[in-house]
This record gives sequence, structure tokens and C-alpha cells, in this order.
Amino acid sequence: MDNVQKLTKTFTESLEIEPEIVTDELSYGSSSWDSIAHLALVASIEIEFDIMLSSDEVIDMSSFKKAKEILGKRGIQF
Amino acid sequence: MESNFNLNGKIALITGSAGGIGWATAKTLARYGASVILNDIKSKEILEERKQEIKRDFNCEADALQFDVGDFEAVQNAYNEIFKKYKRLDILVNNAGSLFDNLVGMIRKKDIEQTFSTNTNGVIYNLQSAARLMERNKSGSIINIASIVGRVGNEGQVVYGGSKAAVIGITLSAARELASKNIRVNAIAPGFINTDLIKFLSPTIFNQRLNAVKMKRIGQPEDVANAVLFLASDLSSYITGQILGVDGGMIM
Repeated sequence: MDNVQKLTKTFTESLEIEPEIVTDELSYGSSSWDSIAHLALVASIEIEFDIMLSSDEVIDMSSFKKAKEILGKRGIQF
Repeated sequence: MESNFNLNGKIALITGSAGGIGWATAKTLARYGASVILNDIKSKEILEERKQEIKRDFNCEADALQFDVGDFEAVQNAYNEIFKKYKRLDILVNNAGSLFDNLVGMIRKKDIEQTFSTNTNGVIYNLQSAARLMERNKSGSIINIASIVGRVGNEGQVVYGGSKAAVIGITLSAARELASKNIRVNAIAPGFINTDLIKFLSPTIFNQRLNAVKMKRIGQPEDVANAVLFLASDLSSYITGQILGVDGGMIM
């Protein structure tokens, strides 16, 4: 499983949505991605990729695309 | 018989643990099996000595992280260190505090900022980072050390009392927000406790405060540490959002 697949799986499981919905356009506020789900999503991403994000990164992670950018800066290739 | 206070396998961070209540708490949690992470803004040498003492006396894992709890970036870096080494945190004791006494009319802006930075901002910074680590395991206990002054006030302690009243507000709000994640947040409001913070009191003030204690003795840091132990342990697993007075009956 590559990193895009891992991240997609994390989003689908945390937000309880179908994989087809997980595209670059998926953003905070859409679907079931609310503030409570966001923190659960962040926790899942941290566990999956074995990192701890900063508060700024948590707040900035406002879309699937942005999540890939933030993780990319942590050396996780997409 | 297995101890009800068994903390084996738990990782505990105690801020401001080079002395006083924090040091007594670190020793108590280590005695009951926790791996303790000490913190203070004081010199690395003192923290290192404390760490070695804990390891020697309790045969447990111990670490020391020197940082200012009121420095947002430093707190985040510290939790990154904890994450790298332990991958978890089970107990946070927000103990680091700064005492500032002065009468209304004689309070400088920098005194307010410094006191709130440590006593209030530091609690939020640590609580936020700790909750994110605890959320991974759907379990945790956060204990904030407030003060009796934050509950009933005191002359000359507008700044200190305000900063500690804020700790109570933080505790109540965080407890509501984190309960569904099985992260408990409670506060302890110590009364007149025998620490370095009171050594500059005049004999008159000292006796006034002692006379307000119904149990007629000054509290010891261990009295507070024992209350922390209870709130950190599974014996208090259904208790959150509470402010526990450890004050020998100063207020009832």
C-alpha cells in the first residue's frame, strides 16, 4: 500500500466516508469532517505515519490536498 | 494484595517538578510504578540530579526535560521528544507555577504577563499537547494544580488569584470537551502548603494563614501529591471536572 492509499484509508475510516469521496477537493466542513472528526482524523494520521504534528499543522490541515502537502514537508512522499 | 494505586506502565509528565509539590508528586507517582518525566525551568543539573534520585530510589524509568511551560514552541518540542521516546502519555500534572503578590495599584504589566504565562498559558499549552497524545490510547488523566486563592481570592493576590481561577475554568471546560475521549481533567486547589513559595511570608501573615486552617497544621507537599495520585489512578476513573481542595478545611 503506497502513502496515498494509506492516507485515503485513514480518511475513509476516520470520517466514515466512501473512498471515492476522498479526493483533493475533500475539505474541512464537507461531508462528516467537522471539528470533532478533525481531531480524530489527525490522531489517526499521526498513528498511521508515526509522527506528531504541530498545532499549526493541525489547524492548517483543511483538505486532503493540504494533508498531503503537510505530510510531504515531513518527508512522507506522495 | 495488588495496590489500587498501581501505575505500572503509565507515563507521567509533572511540570515544575524540581521542588515543592511537583517533586513530591514525581516521587509519589514513581513509588506507585509510573515512569516519570520531570520538567522545570531551573538548571539542567538540578533536573538531572532529581532524575537520578528517582531512578535510584524507585528503580523506574525517569526522564528530565528542561523547558518553560509558558513557551508555546518549547512545549511542542518537549511533546515531540515524549512522542519519539514513549509514543504515549497517560498522566499530565500541570504543576509549574509562579507566585506574584502585590496590591492593586502596584501591579506592572510584565508581572501580569509573566504570571499568566506560566500559571495559565502553560496549562493550556501542556493540556492541548497532552490530550493529543492521550487521545491515541483513548485514555488519560490531566491534573491541574490550581489554588485556594483561585476559588476564594486573597488580598494582594489579584494577579496570582486570577491566573489560578483561570486554571479552574480551563479544567471545567477541558473536562467537558475531553470526557468522550476518556480523558479526565481535574484540578487540585491546595491551601497553605509548606513550599518555597511561602518562605518569604512575614510571621504575622504566616500565623494568619495558619489560623485559617481548621486542621491547625500547615499542609505538606506530600498531602497534595497523595491527592494527585488518587486522581491519576484508576480509582478515580469515573471522576472528571472536579476541583479538589487540599487545604485542611480552610474552605468548606
